[in-house]
Amino acid sequence: MSKYLVNKFLFTVDRDPALVERYRDDPRGTVEWWEAERANVILNCTTTESSTWLRFDDDERDALMTHDYPALFAMGAHPFLTLTLFIAMFERDYDEPLGFQLEYARKLAQFSLPYADITT
Amino acid sequence: MAELAAVIASTHHPFYYKASTAPPDQAPPFAAEWVRKVESFRETLTRAEPDVLVMVGSDHFHQLWLDNMPQFLVGNAEEYDANWYNEEREFGLPRMHMRGQRDLSTHILRNGLDADFDLAFSNELRIDHSVTCPIITLRPQNDLPIVPVYTNIFAPPLPQPKRFVQLGRVIRQLVESWPSDQRVAVIGTGHLSLELGGPRQFGPHGPDPEFDAKAVDWISNGDLEGCLSEVTLDSLHAPGNATHGFMDFMLMMGVAGENAKADYVDTYDLFHTMEAYFTWYPNGAPA
Repeated sequence: MSKYLVNKFLFTVDRDPALVERYRDDPRGTVEWWEAERANVILNCTTTESSTWLRFDDDERDALMTHDYPALFAMGAHPFLTLTLFIAMFERDYDEPLGFQLEYARKLAQFSLPYADITT
Repeated sequence: MAELAAVIASTHHPFYYKASTAPPDQAPPFAAEWVRKVESFRETLTRAEPDVLVMVGSDHFHQLWLDNMPQFLVGNAEEYDANWYNEEREFGLPRMHMRGQRDLSTHILRNGLDADFDLAFSNELRIDHSVTCPIITLRPQNDLPIVPVYTNIFAPPLPQPKRFVQLGRVIRQLVESWPSDQRVAVIGTGHLSLELGGPRQFGPHGPDPEFDAKAVDWISNGDLEGCLSEVTLDSLHAPGNATHGFMDFMLMMGVAGENAKADYVDTYDLFHTMEAYFTWYPNGAPA
């Protein structure tokens, strides 16, 4: 279980406009590249001081590679990070204001309290 | 010593800027009433004639990240840039810039540490919409220096609710012991019931109107005892998964004081979440 790493993926993609587009267009390739090249970079350190031990669990990698935000919710990824990034990628595909946000809520309707723990 | 000119607690709604600046034919139907309420709320700060603003908010995973997460952090810088790419992208917020009140930051840090609050600090802090939204609503001319105070309501494990109240009390003591003739307003923003990234998000009103009514009552009456007897880190999951932002309201109740009735209370039931606006004048309402 590496909720932290899932959050780190969402966080680092969300803040980079080019990565947002790349993840929208090629989720599988973006996740593969990110896990190989970026997962172990400590964000305020040079790349010569990277970590050595971070990797996704298989279900986490699959959820990210398939844009499966209900699965990310179920595993306790931080819901603010998931929502913000997925709005950036998919709000544009809906005509009505908040169309994607409401679809997102509907897709999560299966979940009731208590939600998955988001503590990292 | 400095004078605590006003204590203000508010929700921070990132859509206000867009709703209030859209051309009339594109503004949402709730915008006109929202603007009217915000302008009336703004007047409560204007009347207090503040010189300096202490701004309590919470970083939304912008500069503060899980590899190094402070619980309570005080900005200690001469200047602050503000708002982030994803806030421009999603909310249409403008990039902003504020002056800092560094001597007050230093005073709060030194004396807060000596009062047993192990505050983190930042000498280069880019602040986000939890602080800029109340600047936009309450002081759009953005002409006053600030001291930003960030709390962690976002990345568990979180401090207990009582710690927010205690920090509010300490902030008040530190403002009132600041050797200065300036008038200080303490402004903090949080949330009532709120769901983000969960099944109850973006409903026709906030996810838990019953909690909202109770919360407004606690805040209006300064009912810290009632509030602390019911609110726990666990209980805040029930009204909505982002409701831990209510603890910033509890911090502001700590600033205002036990049983301090708010001098100004207003609410606005919007889609998604209820807006709520409170002002206290600790030294009497201005003429």
